[in-house]
Amino acid sequence: MQDPKTAVNDASIPMYQEQNKKETKRRISWLQPQKAISKKLYLSLSISSFILILLVWSGITYTHLVDPLFLPTPTDIINSAVTLFTELGFATDILATISRVFVGFLLALIIGLPLGVLIGTFKVVEAFFEPVISFVRYMPVSAFIPLFILWIGVEEPEKLAVIFVGSFFSLVLMIAVEVGNVRKELLEAAYTLGSTNFGIIKSVILPAAMPGIMEITRLVLGWAWTYIIVAELIAAPSGIGHVIIESQRMIRTSNIIFGIIVIGILGLICDVVLKIVTRKLFSWNYGR
Amino acid sequence: MKPKVTIQNIQKVYKGKTDVLAVDTINFDIMENEFITILGPSGCGKSTLLRMVGGLEEQTSGHIYLGDQELVGPSSNRGMVFQAYSLFPWLTIEKNIQFGLKNKGMKEADRKDISDSYIELVGLKGFEKHYPNQLSGGMKQRVAIARALANDPEILLLDEPFGALDSQTRLIMQELLLNIWEKKKKTILFITHDVEEAIFLGSRVLVMTSRPGKIKEDMPIELPHPRTYHVKSDPTFIKIKDHLTELIREESLKAIELEVQK
Repeated sequence: MQDPKTAVNDASIPMYQEQNKKETKRRISWLQPQKAISKKLYLSLSISSFILILLVWSGITYTHLVDPLFLPTPTDIINSAVTLFTELGFATDILATISRVFVGFLLALIIGLPLGVLIGTFKVVEAFFEPVISFVRYMPVSAFIPLFILWIGVEEPEKLAVIFVGSFFSLVLMIAVEVGNVRKELLEAAYTLGSTNFGIIKSVILPAAMPGIMEITRLVLGWAWTYIIVAELIAAPSGIGHVIIESQRMIRTSNIIFGIIVIGILGLICDVVLKIVTRKLFSWNYGR
Repeated sequence: MKPKVTIQNIQKVYKGKTDVLAVDTINFDIMENEFITILGPSGCGKSTLLRMVGGLEEQTSGHIYLGDQELVGPSSNRGMVFQAYSLFPWLTIEKNIQFGLKNKGMKEADRKDISDSYIELVGLKGFEKHYPNQLSGGMKQRVAIARALANDPEILLLDEPFGALDSQTRLIMQELLLNIWEKKKKTILFITHDVEEAIFLGSRVLVMTSRPGKIKEDMPIELPHPRTYHVKSDPTFIKIKDHLTELIREESLKAIELEVQK
């Protein structure tokens, strides 16, 4: 009689015949469309793209492959940054730019939000405003600058006007669409629970559209960063755009590049902060 | 006895390139405490009928009365439960249930008492502070029912509320709703295309024809209460089911024929 222990390993028992079978090759998961990858891989790939840019940049500049007038070395940029901050008061310029973006954008949001909500809610308001606003939106903001200068001069209000016009019309239209997309079932449910036509704006439409409105705010604020530089390139006494245009006159390429990088970083910080705030405030919209 | 709701010569025409008659001259009364199920093939206009009773759509002609009062537009006296996606996702379960009470201007403490009792009634104790996206489909519909009931409406209108649920959950929800009706003696109008569901729940089944929707048969269901799922294997139940299945089948075939002729 067989020992029960060895009997278990007997290949005639179906369970243990696996080693005789051929294995099928697994598909490589990262070549599968839309397949998730690990966080670690994601992060390292993201970082490596920055490193690659830095490597290529260093490679062509330190070897003098490219004239430093066109593209300075990373070291030059760092030196410029130090000079800008310590000797040329760059921090004041950054603050000036930031405050222009925020004041101009806030004005656009304060007027644009209620108007967008009304357009998205009431067809009569939509019929009146929507065509005009759509029309104006396609006019390039930068083309308005000469007019603004003519109308309101070259002082601060002109800079704010550029930001305002650049963001207001897009804000209104995008908010209107977001509000118009609030699920009809929610409105109907609210009516059968005794909501009134106006009460429903506060109790259903606004809360339902709020996460989307925050996303729109984030997006349009990103565009506002690009308009401010356009505004500051012309007749500005301060600001990052002013520094860039001054550096152009003195052929300080490294200052220009550093200015651009700073704008990018500021925009990115705004974006990330707004993203985190939205997720925290409207967690009900983003899963558990 | 006076009917609770009177539906009188209701017609609905959808205007377009060619006008479509969706609902054709419907008449019936709903008595106090009745549980009426409306059974019809898909596209027969049964949801349209319910939405007209709820005031969410307007009839082309005809009248609907609650008691002696003609109904125009939606109001909190007719609670509604939709097929899905009607909970307010930014409100917790208890705030969802309190929504109508808040509209009435009720104090917070009183609202809380009522929502607590309805959360208990639908078996969701412990989920008060959860958000809708944390719940399964069946649980969401429990909340929707509780929300409609908490407002204490004159009539409860349900538009295929269990249509999107799997069959096990559906059965449990049917028993839950029936249990609530037996306890609270509400007046209910319930739309479904599921023959078994219509018989199991209804004290009266109205069968609708395919488009344009008319009432084809008005059948009282005299199965005793309280009912449990066992009643579904009762010979009387099966007889009614065979009969209604045949009726619905005829109508569905007609609908398909019409579709093919186009």
